[in-house]
Amino acid sequence: MVTHESGGHHHPPTGFIRKYIFSLDHKVIGIQYYFLALFSVFLGMALSMLMRIHLVWPNMKLPFTSGGQMTPEQYLALVTMHGSIMVFMVLTTAPQSGFGNYILPIQIGAEDMAFPVLNMLSFWTTFLSLVVLTSAFFVTGGAPISGWTAYPPLSALGQISGPGEGAGQTLWVIGVAIFCIGSLLGALNFITTTVDLRAKGMTLGRMPLTLWSWLVTAVLGLLAFGVLLAACLLLLLDRLAGTSFFIPGGLVVTDTPIVSHTGGSPLLWQHLFWFFGHPEVYIAILPGMGVASHILSTFSRKPVFGYKAMVGALCAIGFLGFCVWGHHMFISGMSPYSAFAFSLLTMTIGVPSAIKTFNWLGTIWGGKVHFTTSMLFALGFVSLFVTGGLSGLFLAQPSIDLYLHDTYFVVAHFHLIMGVAAIFGIFAATYFWFPKMFGRMLNETIGKIHFWFTFVGVYCIFMPMHFLGLAGHPRRYADTTGVNFLAPLHPVHYFITMAAMITITAQLLFLFNFLYSLKAGEKAADNPWNATTLEWSVPSPPPFDNFAGHVPVVYRGPYEFSVPGATEDYIPQHLTPERVGKAH
Amino acid sequence: MKSRSGETGSTAVAFAMAVFLIIFTAVTVYLFAAKPTWGWFPPPITEFGKQIDAQFHRTLVITGVVFVLAQLGLALAIFRSREHGQKVSFFEGNSAMEFFWTLATVIMFVGLGLYGEHAWAEAHFQGAAPGALQVEITGQQFTWNVRYAGPDGKWGETRPELVSASSGNPLGLNPRDPAGKDDVVSPVMYVPVGREVELLIRTQDVTHSFYVRELRLKQDAVPGMVIHMHFNATIPGEYEIACAELCGLGHYKMRSFLNVVSEQEFDKWMQDQETALQQQ
Repeated sequence: MVTHESGGHHHPPTGFIRKYIFSLDHKVIGIQYYFLALFSVFLGMALSMLMRIHLVWPNMKLPFTSGGQMTPEQYLALVTMHGSIMVFMVLTTAPQSGFGNYILPIQIGAEDMAFPVLNMLSFWTTFLSLVVLTSAFFVTGGAPISGWTAYPPLSALGQISGPGEGAGQTLWVIGVAIFCIGSLLGALNFITTTVDLRAKGMTLGRMPLTLWSWLVTAVLGLLAFGVLLAACLLLLLDRLAGTSFFIPGGLVVTDTPIVSHTGGSPLLWQHLFWFFGHPEVYIAILPGMGVASHILSTFSRKPVFGYKAMVGALCAIGFLGFCVWGHHMFISGMSPYSAFAFSLLTMTIGVPSAIKTFNWLGTIWGGKVHFTTSMLFALGFVSLFVTGGLSGLFLAQPSIDLYLHDTYFVVAHFHLIMGVAAIFGIFAATYFWFPKMFGRMLNETIGKIHFWFTFVGVYCIFMPMHFLGLAGHPRRYADTTGVNFLAPLHPVHYFITMAAMITITAQLLFLFNFLYSLKAGEKAADNPWNATTLEWSVPSPPPFDNFAGHVPVVYRGPYEFSVPGATEDYIPQHLTPERVGKAH
Repeated sequence: MKSRSGETGSTAVAFAMAVFLIIFTAVTVYLFAAKPTWGWFPPPITEFGKQIDAQFHRTLVITGVVFVLAQLGLALAIFRSREHGQKVSFFEGNSAMEFFWTLATVIMFVGLGLYGEHAWAEAHFQGAAPGALQVEITGQQFTWNVRYAGPDGKWGETRPELVSASSGNPLGLNPRDPAGKDDVVSPVMYVPVGREVELLIRTQDVTHSFYVRELRLKQDAVPGMVIHMHFNATIPGEYEIACAELCGLGHYKMRSFLNVVSEQEFDKWMQDQETALQQQ
């Protein structure tokens, strides 16, 4: 294990640009990622709001639409961009690149990430990707209409297959490819840093579960994003260079034969995409699991129940996450025999997930819970994880999927588990680490109001969608008038839209709290939560090199709360055995 | 832990959280048990559909039990662990309970998966019964075209360059091929009740998905592939065929109808179509 030498081989930069724009400091980069995600999440929510309004009041005049009314292709462009922005720019970015970047080096006792320049490059690559992706809105034809899954040939044939499939789709593919590069650089950095730069005494068995989840997520990212990058490059070649990786011969689009392509396979894209796409679900949710475990333990004043089982379950979920992509393809026309294997492997993922849930309850059980806003979001995470996870057991069975595939049941499922649960992980982390990152506390009263609106709100939005799916409502429908059996479902859509409007409006409370507390929040102590891990042993916010030249040494596990015989109800990881029991 | 802002009223917050989780669980269980007509499957029209419904209900019961236990367990854990002057009971795990819980979920989840496989096997591993009526359905942006081989039982040749929906040849049938002379092409599907139907699912342009709720059947139409499915509808009626795979701006209105009719009505319909063909 290599440890960072103290004595400052890099000094704090003084100029504004080196300090805040092209900074090499992992803390600044973490905050940059966080703000990128914060901008993106509000953009993504605005897009979903327009979709929800259109579904209920299709004739309402809306901004940014042609002639004031939304066309089906504009609706599908919103679907595509909402999904892409949320998945890539929010769920992949905030929990891993944002909090991971800021907290990980401090939690392992390092001065910075292993490759600071690479770290800066990965942020700016991601930023470029966001710019390219969102610029798709402003080109002729608008943003692509093929969804975030971009199935060819719809996404490969160009303008002829639909508006947005020209320049918009090209920008989308390039934007996602750039994002893959940024994520690969980030993953490499996370793994190297965790493996090489841990402080003395920070053995693997003493790593907080947040570190474990960032590590496993980085491994998933390294293996998954390379595949998506390759897939995007092939799709780009199909679009621009006349190749036919995904386009078979003999196609006729609106009476026009496509003579220039032959021999490709649309299923090849689906395999490549979901080989990335399923691990991506875990890239979004694993850091949330780590954060939830960490926060539940801290505010229950109790060690994590079954630490080793939790680490094992994280690794098992990460591994199995690569073996189940076919469950997205049960009705795609792939071999029905492989569906059998994918189905059983998917059901198996339920086991480590159940272990985690069980252990979260075990962590709270018998504790003394401090209901901070952060804790409430962590508890909400557990509830959402259970609800969203269980509906996966329906979709994992190919026979049931014959009916439920591509209905709103799927929309409900993945929004609860990878969307909202992951967002609750991000909120829990924000309320927890904001004092460390910005030196001020978030307002707890506004925080709690924000929590209740959000928790009740998301269930009101996504629970009814299960019933839309059971009624057979296909997803990605711009309108409910095209098919007769959708007419009776209009009141459900109405209820969901109302709930969405209230929930989204309530997010302004969070934004206000965030911005207000940044300026005028109560000053944060070094360790306001009486927590144990290394980030709480340094000032809030930490100095440039994190430990001001004092390389920390770790003496114990991460969750020593309420240890019998100790005078305080927590023992920080860096506390020497001699100092335990004395004032600290 | 020293007291700080935001930690007052521990009992009230714990109570609110527990009550919300209980209400949420109760409402969810009620709705899934009540099977509201607006938000539930329509009755199945195949034996196969009944099997799928049965497997759905088994899954619903098992996940329902886990859901109730987990949500109420969370509510109870939260309420019990509120701050009320108790001492924290220090424990770091319990291997026996972990083992039991893991074993229970393996049996429950994997068992459920294994149990559900035979419905899938029936749909996919077995071919259509001998003597099945062959029906081809082809998706294109944004319509379905259904084709029957006609009295000769042979499919006529189709060519991409002959496709012209505007001039009445949406599938590009080659007029020189005698096998295609009697091929019936229709925007809606007719099948006789109680007879095995073998579907040949195709698409001309992008990926579509053939979906009939009452058949409990959904299958992507993949460019470059002909995918075989089979069903035997036992209840006459008119059912909607929807597209379930995003195919472009008209995806939401790409629909057709499946008419399940008596053998006599089917023969008469087919005869009418053949007569119309002769007159062209």
